Amino acid sequence: MLSADLGIILPEIVLAVYAMVALLGAVYTVKDGVASLLVWATSGLFLALAVWIGLNGGGTNVAFNGMFIDDGFARFAKVVILVSAAAVLLMSEAYMTRRGLLRFEYPLLIALAVVGMMMMVSAGDLMALYMGLELQSLALYVVASLRRDSLKSTEAGLKYFVLGALSSGLLLYGASLVYGYSGTTLFSGIIQTASEGGVSLGLLFGLVFLISGLAFKVSAVPFHMWTPDVYEGSPTPVTAFFATAPKVAAMALFARVMHDAFGSAVSDWSQVIALLSLLSMFLGAIAAIGQTDIKRLMAFSSIAHMGYALMGLAAGTAFGVQAMLIYMAIYVTMNVGTFAFILSMQRDGQPVSNIASLNMYSKREPGKALAMLVLLFSLAGVPPLVGFFGKLYVLRAAYEAGLAWLAIAGVIASVIGAFYYLRIVFYMYFGEERDDALDGNKSPVLWGMLMASAVIMVVGVVNLFGIEGAAAAAAATLVN
Amino acid sequence: MDNLLSIVTFLPALAAVILLVFLRGDDEAANRNAKWLALIATSATFLISLFILFQFDPQNTGFQMVEQGEWLLGMQYKMGVDGISVLFVMLTTFMMPLVIAASWDVTHRVKEYMIAFLILETLMLGVFMALDLVLFYLFFEAGLIPMFLIIGIWGGKNRIYASFKFFLYTFLGSVLMLVAMVAMFSDAGTTDIEQLLVHQFGSESFSILGVQIVGGLQTLLFLAFFASFAVKMPMWPVHTWLPDAHVQAPTAGSVVLAAILLKMGGYGFLRFSLPMFPVGSDVMAPLVLWMSVIAIVYTSLVALVQEDMKKLIAYSSVAHMGYVTMGIFAANQQGVDGAIFQMISHGFISGALFLCVGVIYDRMHTREIDAYGGLVNRMPAYALIFMLFTMANVGLPGTSGFIGEFLTLMGIFQVNTWIAAVATTGVILSAAYALWLYRRVVLGDLIKESLKTITDMTRRERAIFAPLVVATILFGVYPAPILDTIGPSVEALVSNYQVAVAEADLATQVAHSE
Repeated sequence: MLSADLGIILPEIVLAVYAMVALLGAVYTVKDGVASLLVWATSGLFLALAVWIGLNGGGTNVAFNGMFIDDGFARFAKVVILVSAAAVLLMSEAYMTRRGLLRFEYPLLIALAVVGMMMMVSAGDLMALYMGLELQSLALYVVASLRRDSLKSTEAGLKYFVLGALSSGLLLYGASLVYGYSGTTLFSGIIQTASEGGVSLGLLFGLVFLISGLAFKVSAVPFHMWTPDVYEGSPTPVTAFFATAPKVAAMALFARVMHDAFGSAVSDWSQVIALLSLLSMFLGAIAAIGQTDIKRLMAFSSIAHMGYALMGLAAGTAFGVQAMLIYMAIYVTMNVGTFAFILSMQRDGQPVSNIASLNMYSKREPGKALAMLVLLFSLAGVPPLVGFFGKLYVLRAAYEAGLAWLAIAGVIASVIGAFYYLRIVFYMYFGEERDDALDGNKSPVLWGMLMASAVIMVVGVVNLFGIEGAAAAAAATLVN
Repeated sequence: MDNLLSIVTFLPALAAVILLVFLRGDDEAANRNAKWLALIATSATFLISLFILFQFDPQNTGFQMVEQGEWLLGMQYKMGVDGISVLFVMLTTFMMPLVIAASWDVTHRVKEYMIAFLILETLMLGVFMALDLVLFYLFFEAGLIPMFLIIGIWGGKNRIYASFKFFLYTFLGSVLMLVAMVAMFSDAGTTDIEQLLVHQFGSESFSILGVQIVGGLQTLLFLAFFASFAVKMPMWPVHTWLPDAHVQAPTAGSVVLAAILLKMGGYGFLRFSLPMFPVGSDVMAPLVLWMSVIAIVYTSLVALVQEDMKKLIAYSSVAHMGYVTMGIFAANQQGVDGAIFQMISHGFISGALFLCVGVIYDRMHTREIDAYGGLVNRMPAYALIFMLFTMANVGLPGTSGFIGEFLTLMGIFQVNTWIAAVATTGVILSAAYALWLYRRVVLGDLIKESLKTITDMTRRERAIFAPLVVATILFGVYPAPILDTIGPSVEALVSNYQVAVAEADLATQVAHSE
């Protein structure tokens, strides 16, 4: 029995053991090159695991009496998490080396965070959920303050930690209420109680607290306050990481809890999530307008994007989950490309994140400017770029679930949001020539990621690389 | 050729990709190559598109040369033309080589300029051929990106403001249409335009938040589409982006905007609003008609006081588009025939007028009317051509401008004499502003020092105007080729519309008598 359980959880074990062994090994070696090596090794392992999980069989396997669920939904989310984490890790190597930030702990902390995320999306129990979440969060608190001599970076780490602890508290409080009123921490048990006896007031309270805690992790309004500061303060590669894999994991966990544990009470949580979605879309769109720092801008942009993903979740249907998964996959791809661009922004070797420094960037680097243009229009959701399809799916999911008002609000927010993406285009293409131009950055990894992501945005219009079917299958295993 | 339409649509985009990938450098030779490649690609597109016209059978009112393929989410890649769309396709392919030729003197970032226009051509052609709702939306919206860049990069002094206004204004209009499309998708279960045309959307009245919606779902869908097309058209009072965009855009951008992009709104009304939501259209028609006449009279008056030539022509475009919406929502054979005719002919005439402004702008670098006067003394050929298109803009019999205006007025006269009467005053007003413009710019003595050395049109410029002159006069004297092509399709459209409205009326009467 145990061996079967261990077989199911093998990818997570492999990754965790790798992280620990590598940690021990790295401590005992003094060579400087080991950090770079570990970055490549970790990324390689991520990709290998992604392939393994992606190709590895179908069906739903449950381990440890329901605490760990390995189904199509979890596999889809894990593949997206692993691939994006590998991409971001590769992008950060050159940047961190040049600034003396690359220590061997960095790739290993990322690896541990990814183990946490894989636990999160497979959680079948409130305790497994919390373990995964905390493993992820603790690793992330540390990498946020990776630049120890920078005031902003340490501030970001501390802020993230304090607010993260608060949200964990909310989540735990909700979990204990849910446990108290249902008598079990297993999702399968909770849903049974909820469907038999209806959702009692205590259970409802627990649900709302759970949602609050999870909303913090996806940085949905009104639990978003930490996002801009943490994005701005953290070293840029870490920001890129925050914007991608953890968002997917948190969103997948959100869907998992809502559907697996409270799937019989859709009407109770759907309105809460619809409201979170509405607020996120509008705040993200409006607050980003005044930003001058591109990292802060991307923070608000990610808040808005989480609003759209939540729109799919708010629908409470299988199609809604499918739409959410597609949206997240597209969102991650766009963000990898965008951050590859941001990572390459530098002047005299120093990183720059001021939007105005992009003045007439298209004159000096027409290729990269064009790729960024494509990504920006994709982020804004303008067809025919792939970002538009993400919006189309969630809009349809929301409309068919009777949330037409949310769909209308969403498209209006997207028009407001288009403004600040256009503003970057404005700087790159219409601005005035300035003396303090950015350096040309010849990093092949960054260039490759940027171009690949831009090409995907254009070519994806043909069939979205078949992701539609995979997401549909994944959603079907979660919602039935 | 089975995929003739796709070839025509994507040929310019292919040329753009070649330019993007293979053309290196920023020197004279590279620029010349970019221009020639763009000109060859657009000309080839025009020549190939002639096959569409030859193969097209006007008597068949269905979609022809249809191509179909599976796509995402139950959507399809489906292209086809019918009597309503085929001429817009031809107008686009016909205008684009002229547009490229008119931009021969561009020196700033030539390669990107040509790429933007080539991509734009693909997207515009796609709009007129798409037979899938989402595919249509894709092409319709994507056109904003190149146009935004064209205005923003190669535009005039105030280009930033104009480009943002253009983008956000039209984007806001269209996203509501997107929600409506999603609604249609869930209602009909398909995005295939051919099937949607026979699907009957609910027209029972219901109330939302205590407000009675006459015509029910159809009215709501109509309004959402209206938000998009009215902005695109543009109709009063959402026309304010157009003068800004026109004034700031480079000459070629203005020509494309006036000649083709504005027609997408009218095409949208004919493809979606009228046939798919007949009851909704019927409910809203009086409002649209009055908005149209207000546009005709009001914008003509505004045009009278303009001091910038491009702005004046932009306002005159809004007025002429007023005739188009009026004709469409008269919803009878003459009205709709006239509307389509007016759109095609306005494509030639307004395009030519913007080119006329471009000719003297290239020489004097100002569009102020006051900066000119007495040009006839130094530029006789220019004076002649400008006069022809001024007259065509006024709607002088013998030019294509007359046929469209007359038919729409005839159509509306059968529906509402008052509206017809008010709209007719627009003809007089248009004569006033157009002739006055002509007098101030071209006639009189040449007294301004700066104009003493101005030269007449070059051979290239004359060559650009020649096809437009021929088209304007030919279709003014002999409009049958256009009317015969669109006639049967329009007849089918109008009769379906009348039947659907009559049925809905009957249903309401039955409901009331019970």
